[in-house]
Amino acid sequence: MTELTLGKALGAGLRQAMRDDEKVVLLGEDIGKLGGVFRITDGLLDEFGAARVIDTPLAESGIVGTAVGLAFRGYRPVVEIQFDGFVYPAFDQIVSQVAKLHYRTQGRVKMPITIRIPWAGGIGAAEHHSESPEAYFAHTAGLRVVAVSNPEDAYRSLRQAIASDDPVVFFEPKRLYHHKGEVDLEAPLADAPPMGLARVVRSGTDVTVLTYGAMVSTALQAAEAAEDEGVALEVIDLRSLSPVDYDSIAASVRKTGRVVVAHEASREAGLAAEVIASVTELCFEYLESPPLRVTGHDVPYPPAKLEKYHLPDLDRILDAVDRVMDRPHSLTGADA
Amino acid sequence: MSPQTTPIADTAQDLELSERILAPDGTRVANDRLDPFVTDVDAAQLRALHRDMVILRRIDAEGVALQRQGQLGLWAPCQGQEATQIGTARALDPQDYVFPSYRETGVIYARGAQPGDYVRMWRGEEGAAYDPAALRVAPLQIIIGAQTLHAVGYALGIQHEKASEVAVTYFGDGATSQGDVNEAMIFAASYQAPVVFVCQNNHWAISEPVAVQSQYPIAGRAPGFGIPSLRVDGNDVLACLAAMRWALDHARSGKGPAYIEAVTYRMGPHTTADDPTRYRDEAELESWRRRDPITRLEAYLRATGDLTEEHLAETQAAADAVAKEMRATCLGMVTRPPLAVFDGVYAEPHTGLERQRDEYAAYLASFEGEA
Repeated sequence: MTELTLGKALGAGLRQAMRDDEKVVLLGEDIGKLGGVFRITDGLLDEFGAARVIDTPLAESGIVGTAVGLAFRGYRPVVEIQFDGFVYPAFDQIVSQVAKLHYRTQGRVKMPITIRIPWAGGIGAAEHHSESPEAYFAHTAGLRVVAVSNPEDAYRSLRQAIASDDPVVFFEPKRLYHHKGEVDLEAPLADAPPMGLARVVRSGTDVTVLTYGAMVSTALQAAEAAEDEGVALEVIDLRSLSPVDYDSIAASVRKTGRVVVAHEASREAGLAAEVIASVTELCFEYLESPPLRVTGHDVPYPPAKLEKYHLPDLDRILDAVDRVMDRPHSLTGADA
Repeated sequence: MSPQTTPIADTAQDLELSERILAPDGTRVANDRLDPFVTDVDAAQLRALHRDMVILRRIDAEGVALQRQGQLGLWAPCQGQEATQIGTARALDPQDYVFPSYRETGVIYARGAQPGDYVRMWRGEEGAAYDPAALRVAPLQIIIGAQTLHAVGYALGIQHEKASEVAVTYFGDGATSQGDVNEAMIFAASYQAPVVFVCQNNHWAISEPVAVQSQYPIAGRAPGFGIPSLRVDGNDVLACLAAMRWALDHARSGKGPAYIEAVTYRMGPHTTADDPTRYRDEAELESWRRRDPITRLEAYLRATGDLTEEHLAETQAAADAVAKEMRATCLGMVTRPPLAVFDGVYAEPHTGLERQRDEYAAYLASFEGEA
């Protein structure tokens, strides 16, 4: 085992994927000499050369569209979108081409493209640098969507995404880039849990908390705080947002009967709504209370000084836990 | 020799100001830029190009007829653009790879399309009309200009492998306004990718004349991106063949991308759902009838004594045979079963979609036994 930051684990995953398969090529802005603005591709230009670590013009649709052409030629392009808020110019190529070409051609043309996106807020960034656009992609048939939460998962999931014959939109929680964790760099990829599975990161019996990305850490903090009050939260890291692993979720909900779904993204028509709808369909008779969402507000991502009022924190998760457990909570007075 | 852009400011006379070998009346004119690329083209080859164009026009007419008879949901006619499509596509090597828009019936014909390939997508049976690997043509692209970037990416792969192939992309004058097309030109130039851009300026993007897209000859934009270009009479099949050979030579020899603007005219509607009488004059249409690519080549061949009755008869019979087979194949198509709607979304199992498929299968099965 090796202790790595999440950022270094991603770099190690890219390096290993490029060593494993010469068809893996990287495209993005500033990923060469600079090593990417977050240094995720640091050192890869030296090892693999400019033909495989390609600094691109500043045009996101161009980057993804070029990756599509490389995939037609049999390559496995890995694209870096510099920041979450910069993916929108590439939206048409992702939704109309990357996602649909396999279906359009009945599998004759494969799109094994990984679209890496440094993602979400909490770092005091400028506008367009803290977005959570994952629901757009989870809503799009033909894409797989992955969100990682720790170095070990980052290392494995990125290699799995690159090895997949399907396109994967791969979300990297940028506020965890410098968080450290143990990574087994030698473990065979075949032994890793499949990309589409959720993971129970903390077992509990009272409330199932479903989340992903950087919010997994927040949920774990909430679980520790709840334990002090004698409440046992089961925290599940969804890991995959398309598909969502409803087998694992349903198993937990049947045990706890109470559900809180948390994400940074805004609420309306978001992933939490979809997850709760499915949980309700699958587990209605097991539910003891209405499932709740803890999300960013339905506002554009706010200026940095205000983001702490937008991002769900452990207290907002605990308040939702109180509500689903019918304990006194923030709205108790209003309800009365 | 490497032809350069012909800068032109007068878009009203653009066809007359394009490079050509055959004048609209079929007389041959000397062209220092283009002639060297077609010195090998003899009467037999010219007759073959004529045959291609006649067959293509027949295929196109059959497509329109099938749509009018309710057999196709839509058809995008290419009448008038035969010389552009046949001339450029016949210059390709078999291993070159084409990224077309949706109007490239002549290009897929030249790449060996089977009769069903023309109609499978427009009938709504399949998302892609043909097997891309078989024709070395990407699926017809409906998003305007998106395919140009795919060609550049494919060309990067060619370049990476030091292969001698060229990626070719076709698009229209309307597409030149798209960001993707401009980004494709930037990427192609930055990496000196072996890609050829073929802009078919057919003067109309549905109802919008080309002047809405560009106030400068489209070929004139390419040098600003660092890409040499040529503006060619798109109704002169010999000029199109020559220009494409120049462009392919340029790209294949490692000199980077090349760009052709073929100035032609969309004689029909944008698609069978369009009504061009609402936005363009009969007089304009008539002026382009006099520049017809097929009658132009026929006039030339007739003057040289190479347009034999035998050739004309064989060509007409071949065209009728293709159209007949196209119609029969179209009418004989069997729509896939209901659960095929789920096929091919993913290459690997997706639990969410599998759940939906299972539920729908159970729903369908619930009707079994009812009559």
